[in-house]
Amino acid sequence: MATAKDPFQFQEFEEAGNLLEANRDATTISIEDDDVEPERQKRAAGLNPSGDDDEDTLPYDDKSELLSGQQKNAPFWTFEYYQKFFDVETRHVKERILGSVLPWPGKNFVQVHLRRNPDLYGPFWICTTLVFAIAISGNISNFLMHLGKPNYKYTPEFQKVTIAATAIFTYAWLVPLALWGFLLWRNNKIMNLVSYSFMEIICVYGYSLSIYIPAVVLWILPFEWLRWCTIVVALCLSGSVLVMTLWPAVKEDHPKVIVAVLSAVVLFNVLLAVGCKAYFFSRPEPALPIDITTAAVVIKTSSLT
Amino acid sequence: MAAADDASRPFAGLSDVSISGDISVEGDISVPVGSSRRDDEYSTLDEPVKETILRDLRAVGNKFIHVLYPKRSSALLRDWDLWGPLLLCVTLALLLQGGAADSDDQGGPQFAEVFVIIWFGSIIITLNSKLLGGTISFFQSLCVLGYCIMPLTVAMAVCRIVLIGGSGTVSFAVRLVVVTASFGWSTFASTAFLGDSQPANRKALVVYPVFLFYFVIGWMILTFSPSQ
Repeated sequence: MATAKDPFQFQEFEEAGNLLEANRDATTISIEDDDVEPERQKRAAGLNPSGDDDEDTLPYDDKSELLSGQQKNAPFWTFEYYQKFFDVETRHVKERILGSVLPWPGKNFVQVHLRRNPDLYGPFWICTTLVFAIAISGNISNFLMHLGKPNYKYTPEFQKVTIAATAIFTYAWLVPLALWGFLLWRNNKIMNLVSYSFMEIICVYGYSLSIYIPAVVLWILPFEWLRWCTIVVALCLSGSVLVMTLWPAVKEDHPKVIVAVLSAVVLFNVLLAVGCKAYFFSRPEPALPIDITTAAVVIKTSSLT
Repeated sequence: MAAADDASRPFAGLSDVSISGDISVEGDISVPVGSSRRDDEYSTLDEPVKETILRDLRAVGNKFIHVLYPKRSSALLRDWDLWGPLLLCVTLALLLQGGAADSDDQGGPQFAEVFVIIWFGSIIITLNSKLLGGTISFFQSLCVLGYCIMPLTVAMAVCRIVLIGGSGTVSFAVRLVVVTASFGWSTFASTAFLGDSQPANRKALVVYPVFLFYFVIGWMILTFSPSQ
């Protein structure tokens, strides 16, 4: 009985040892991966591996890794789960806004500024500010356009707030969602070295809208050339932030796919900017406003009857 | 035999550990007869309705005074109520209504829009402050944000009176000054109450939404023009 048991026990022990060894291997491999991947990502992002940069980023990486390790446990229906998306300080937000307004070639927004700690504070309040900035400056420009005319009575157009909110929040949430889904699908087909989480894409999109806030305020002035100039500048800045951030995530892909993704990203950006300008800041033409109001009255009466 | 004896009395050991007889347990349980009469003095059950309402109104009025002098910061936070914010919000929304709801060219904010902006705005600001790690409770923050609309409601009333006189450049200038002053007052008062609940390196992140909130309300008041 005892002799029959002995080899069995010995085998079990060996198995356990094997398991332990395998586990040890696995942990070492995963640690090595974690160490190696940021390096690869930095290289992939086109960061020059200078000593200054590394010294600057490493403590942050450690800190953010520790923090994310702590906060991973909270399930999504608890308040603590959402608190980790608001774990920013004033200087972080300032730095991120500046980074999105002044993109620098070779500086990837996600890796330089977010450092694995994407926040929702910036995207949400930038979108909200942009909504009210568009609505208010659209109202003011409409007022300035009709200022000198007799028989003009200013009426506030509050529905602009609603429409601007719908347009901007749709853009800032649905486009990142679609992009994230697409990148996930492509990642299954082709191993990309860099993959972004949904929050990181949302964060990049939200911060890339911040340049539009000063642009929209400038649109108050009734000069068409000034508006087009600011549109072009704002488009270049926010588009370059988006393209430079997304570039490492798609660059291993087919050229056709790269062109399609990046042009879709830029196209949606152009659509938002030009659409907002065309809808909220109408061209100063003398005859048009009367036509529009009469048409609106006709439509309203016809819809009522 | 001894084992059987032990088995028949399983808790024999416990009886030895029990409190020895010489410790007397003392104490008295008395039903407080006199206190029920004392409670009656503070009971709100049989006081006149007028007194109840007046007491609540007095509490609301006290908080209005605290908003006017924002230095005494703890009193508004200690016991919150939402009566004052409701009163101010409804007053503001009614004053913004314009009096002619059936006119076609009424593009200003409707009652429901003002109501939703004020309540959802303060709820979102409160959630934002809680998510950033603020130490203030949810309803305290709502109460403070609601009470601090008061300068803007007063400015709205002033604007209505000014608009009766006419809507020229002078009237606009007067309204601009009044609304700007009350906007600054609202923002200052609410940050005096809410600012201490945050760590210093996040104060600006909490103050900015409050600023935006009162700015939008101020804009609605400034651009209000009654339809004839």
